[in-house]
Amino acid sequence: MHAMRHWSVRHSRGLEVLYQILERTFVALDPLWRTLGYARLERPVAGVERVVKGFLFDCRMCGQCTLSSTGMSCPMNCPKELRNGPCGGVRANGHCEVEPGMRCVWVEAIAGAARMREGSKAVHLVQFAVDRRLTGRSSWLAVAREKSGHRKGVRVQ
Amino acid sequence: MRFDDEPVPGYPLPILPGHTSPGRFERVLRAGAFAVTTELDPPDSADPEDVFRRARVFDGYVDAINATDGSGANCHMSSLAVCALLTRVGYAPVMQISCRDRNRIAIQGDILGGAAMGVCNMLCLTGDGVNAGDHPQAKPVFDLDCITLLDIGRTLRDEHRFQSGRKITYAPRVFFGAAENPFAPPFDWRPQRLAKKIAAGAQFIQTQYCFDVARLRMFMSRVSDLGLADRAYILVGVGPLRSAKAAEWMRTHVPGVHIPDEIIRRVAGAQDQAREGRRVCIDLIREIRGIKGVAGVHVMAYRQEESVAEVITESGVLAGRTPWHPHRPDAQTNPQPESAEQ
Repeated sequence: MHAMRHWSVRHSRGLEVLYQILERTFVALDPLWRTLGYARLERPVAGVERVVKGFLFDCRMCGQCTLSSTGMSCPMNCPKELRNGPCGGVRANGHCEVEPGMRCVWVEAIAGAARMREGSKAVHLVQFAVDRRLTGRSSWLAVAREKSGHRKGVRVQ
Repeated sequence: MRFDDEPVPGYPLPILPGHTSPGRFERVLRAGAFAVTTELDPPDSADPEDVFRRARVFDGYVDAINATDGSGANCHMSSLAVCALLTRVGYAPVMQISCRDRNRIAIQGDILGGAAMGVCNMLCLTGDGVNAGDHPQAKPVFDLDCITLLDIGRTLRDEHRFQSGRKITYAPRVFFGAAENPFAPPFDWRPQRLAKKIAAGAQFIQTQYCFDVARLRMFMSRVSDLGLADRAYILVGVGPLRSAKAAEWMRTHVPGVHIPDEIIRRVAGAQDQAREGRRVCIDLIREIRGIKGVAGVHVMAYRQEESVAEVITESGVLAGRTPWHPHRPDAQTNPQPESAEQ
């Protein structure tokens, strides 16, 4: 259990590079997405995203992915869904206060962020409150829409 | 320390330039005094007199009183209500807000409501998981975390709007605080997390129990290097241990509490363990007081609240001053709500 999640954190730098390529591709393909219709693509793309990120990160599909700022450790796996760092209850062995059998998601996140280039800086930024309307939606499409700047997208953190 | 315009129970002080609240606690800190705060354990009762009785034991020893918000995920009278009662008679309460039980709609409403009731200080917390308390069957909310809560509180105060963007007509004048635990891993990251909290709007910090001064020194030295001690007032948490057994229980059952073995040995070796627990606390306060960047202490004496007076007096941290309280001879007597009289 959690084996893949730990692998992803250990390979956070590689995943960062991979994501940057993926993001650039997604943003560049914005005209295609527009032609096909972002709304129509939402379900299939979100479906793919759920499978891929579910496998790699135990992704919870919050719809506003912050993995690049959290060392490739998904903060929504924290029982308190903390997106800004570890709570004060982390056990002496680095495990979670609520789920003693699990490594603290944020202990992992900090280790992962240290291996990353942009991620090592981004982990210090304040993440704003989660928009719960985006749960289940595709972050990739949201980023493509936002960064291509053709449409007014949702806020991406 | 005395101010020209001491509080009139139930009425706010004028807000001084550079201050964000009309409260006494912010004034004491900004005036450079070594501040003392404590924690009131909200009663399992609907009787306001239970609150007033619990506050009264701190009279003359503390600058502000924290009202916990379902601490340890146990159900008690709400912190908002405790604070509202305390402001009626002029105390300076710190309203603790936990993200565990309420979403952003409820919390923002409570910030406005608390401020309207004269609450000047609010401490933004994430909160313990529900499994730690007496209602493990409850739904944990955690719509926000302490940092997003600070950000939202500051937006209400400084930008006069809700998180949704909707305007409010009169902003809550609040001095916002946060907690930090220098004694939980990952240690290197704790000062960074403090930096995030300050960036999000924390003006004062109350830490988890300190029983390990060496660890605190490391934390504070990094905090000072980052310039954080100049940007927020840091109050270090302390508390008397009732016995070695109680200390052992605390460190195994209370999330985030770290008590070194030598402290437990010292208490266990004493004939009067409770007394030795208070001695340990007094020694810790004296040591902590000398650490650069520490602005005060936060004394948490759960179920031994009457010991706060002794601990504070013996440690000498008040340096001769008597914090204002409603029963001080020179406190102005005002018409008090009936519930406050007995």
